[in-house]
Amino acid sequence: MNLQAVRTLYRFELSRWFRTLVQSILSPVISTSLYFVVFGAAIGSRMAEIDGVSYGAFIVPGLIMLSVLTESIGNASFGIYMPRYNGTIYEVLSAPVSYVEIVTGYVGAAATKSVMLGLIILATASLFVDFRIEHPLWMMAFLVLTSVTFCLFGFILGIWATGWEKLQIVPIMIITPLTFLGGSFYSINMLPPFWQQLSLFNPVVYLVNGFRWSFYGKADVSVALSLGMTLLFMAICLAVIAWVFRTGYRLKA
Amino acid sequence: MATPDQPIIAVSGLVKTYASGFQALKGIDLDIRRGEIFALLGPNGAGKTTLISIICGIVRPTAGRVTVDGHDIVRDYRAARSLIGLVPQELTTDSFEPVAATARFSRGLFGKAPDPRHIEKVLRELALWDKRDTQILALSGGMKRRVMIAKALAHEPRILFLDEPTAGVDVELRREMWDMVRRLRSEGVTIILTTHYIEEAEEMADRVGVINHGEIIMVEDKASLMRKLGSRQLALQLSSPLAAIPPALAGRKLELSADGLQLLYTFDTQAETTGIASLLREIRDQGIDFRDLRTTETSLEDIFVSLVGQRR
Ligand SMILES: Nc1ncnc2c1ncn2[C@@H]1O[C@H](COP(=O)(O)OP(=O)(O)OP(=O)(O)O)[C@@H](O)[C@H]1O
Ligand SMILES: [Mg+2]
Repeated sequence: MNLQAVRTLYRFELSRWFRTLVQSILSPVISTSLYFVVFGAAIGSRMAEIDGVSYGAFIVPGLIMLSVLTESIGNASFGIYMPRYNGTIYEVLSAPVSYVEIVTGYVGAAATKSVMLGLIILATASLFVDFRIEHPLWMMAFLVLTSVTFCLFGFILGIWATGWEKLQIVPIMIITPLTFLGGSFYSINMLPPFWQQLSLFNPVVYLVNGFRWSFYGKADVSVALSLGMTLLFMAICLAVIAWVFRTGYRLKA
Repeated sequence: MATPDQPIIAVSGLVKTYASGFQALKGIDLDIRRGEIFALLGPNGAGKTTLISIICGIVRPTAGRVTVDGHDIVRDYRAARSLIGLVPQELTTDSFEPVAATARFSRGLFGKAPDPRHIEKVLRELALWDKRDTQILALSGGMKRRVMIAKALAHEPRILFLDEPTAGVDVELRREMWDMVRRLRSEGVTIILTTHYIEEAEEMADRVGVINHGEIIMVEDKASLMRKLGSRQLALQLSSPLAAIPPALAGRKLELSADGLQLLYTFDTQAETTGIASLLREIRDQGIDFRDLRTTETSLEDIFVSLVGQRR
């Protein structure tokens, strides 16, 4: 194992983030604050409690998930697309590193950012609403698992994309709708039966619910199912990445 | 496994067919000797970059085998690649990175522990030390190319690939670059370079390989190549036309042009004596006046053009 190389790639990716640290921290803090002003205070005061949890507190896990998913995909896809785009990928491909090491470096760095971002949002939220975390370890586990999984997905996107538009379009066209329809801001039990059934095909539902369970001990679907679905999605991403490197798809002519 | 007289790079039966169906390499066999400077010459699209890219692991071979110091580039890629430094043809850098940081990155990527002294040495040799904290985007093109060389040398490779290193580099910098290449060779580094400037191959290389349409058409020691093909001609512009070569000069390898105004003498540059001095005396003795004389040499360029021309 070329640990030195993993560390080098990881540091390089993180340092890019640290160069724009203020911006990286400020934008999620601001957008989270806005969500709480609008959903928590303005609308939330007119909403009934859900499962005994105030609406403002109810949306905290969903809000974190929303940002973590978007940022994971954005950061990880950009991280690998950029060297492909400017040509510096040649050096990584010519280095004595295995693909496991390459993925660990890139995805590890992107996932680190996501987890930190999640915690920053959590801290921001605590300024606006009171909430409890019943299972802090599980909360961290879901946060890390989700970050890694969606960074893997972003990595695939960054390899697949042949232009900046494609890099943008997947998050906008697929991920944002799935997240908004994934029960971030409501319980799927509030939906008519047909839409409830349909929601079960949305992977984000499982992520959000697993995460929400770690906060309040209650969720629309069982934790085991949430965990299982997250792991399944992760396994699919890993399999796709293994295939990418075995065939050299869009990396090696 | 690897002995000193074993080739440091052995390429056999290497074929590359791109996804488009285009066959860029058609069965390359090539050995690179330990510690030599090898120049790969070929016109645009000959397959030079493809060959280098396969050896370095950037392009996948379709068929054939390459070993680097005895390590197969596919099965044993870690050992093979850690010996190699690559300076690609295209200038590709992380614009926002400072110079020294990008060199440190390269070293780490190749699994070497940090060594600020080595990085400093490399940057100084490439006259980049003063720019070590400058972002790459603020450098000139020639400096960027040196940054790429610094990156390739950061992990102390035993083999250095330079894919058209002097494209877009001014004369002075080019000379400095060749000094550096010679210095590296004296430290035992094997250097493979591609170039379109034939005089560079002529000046720098120990051996020259010519590639065209994905095939190696010739590999020769530069010295023996020059000997084999390096004849010179002396052309004398006569003051008045000559009807025929005088019988007294019949023993010489002389040719008279159709208009009788030019005498051509072909001689071997490697021979003990060229016989020019005595020839000029004899011509004078015959009462033949000439107003001008010049010598021409078969350069690698002529050889190259004729070799490539034959295969068209
Ligand atoms: N990714 C690719 N897909 C398809 N064809 C390619 C690809 N890369 C190179 N080729 C083709 O392979 C041939 C050899 O290209 P290569 O870059 O190896 O040439 P070269 O000898 O380095 O040329 P130059 O002196 O211009 O750099 C060219 O005809 C080129 O068009
Ligand atoms: Mg080329």
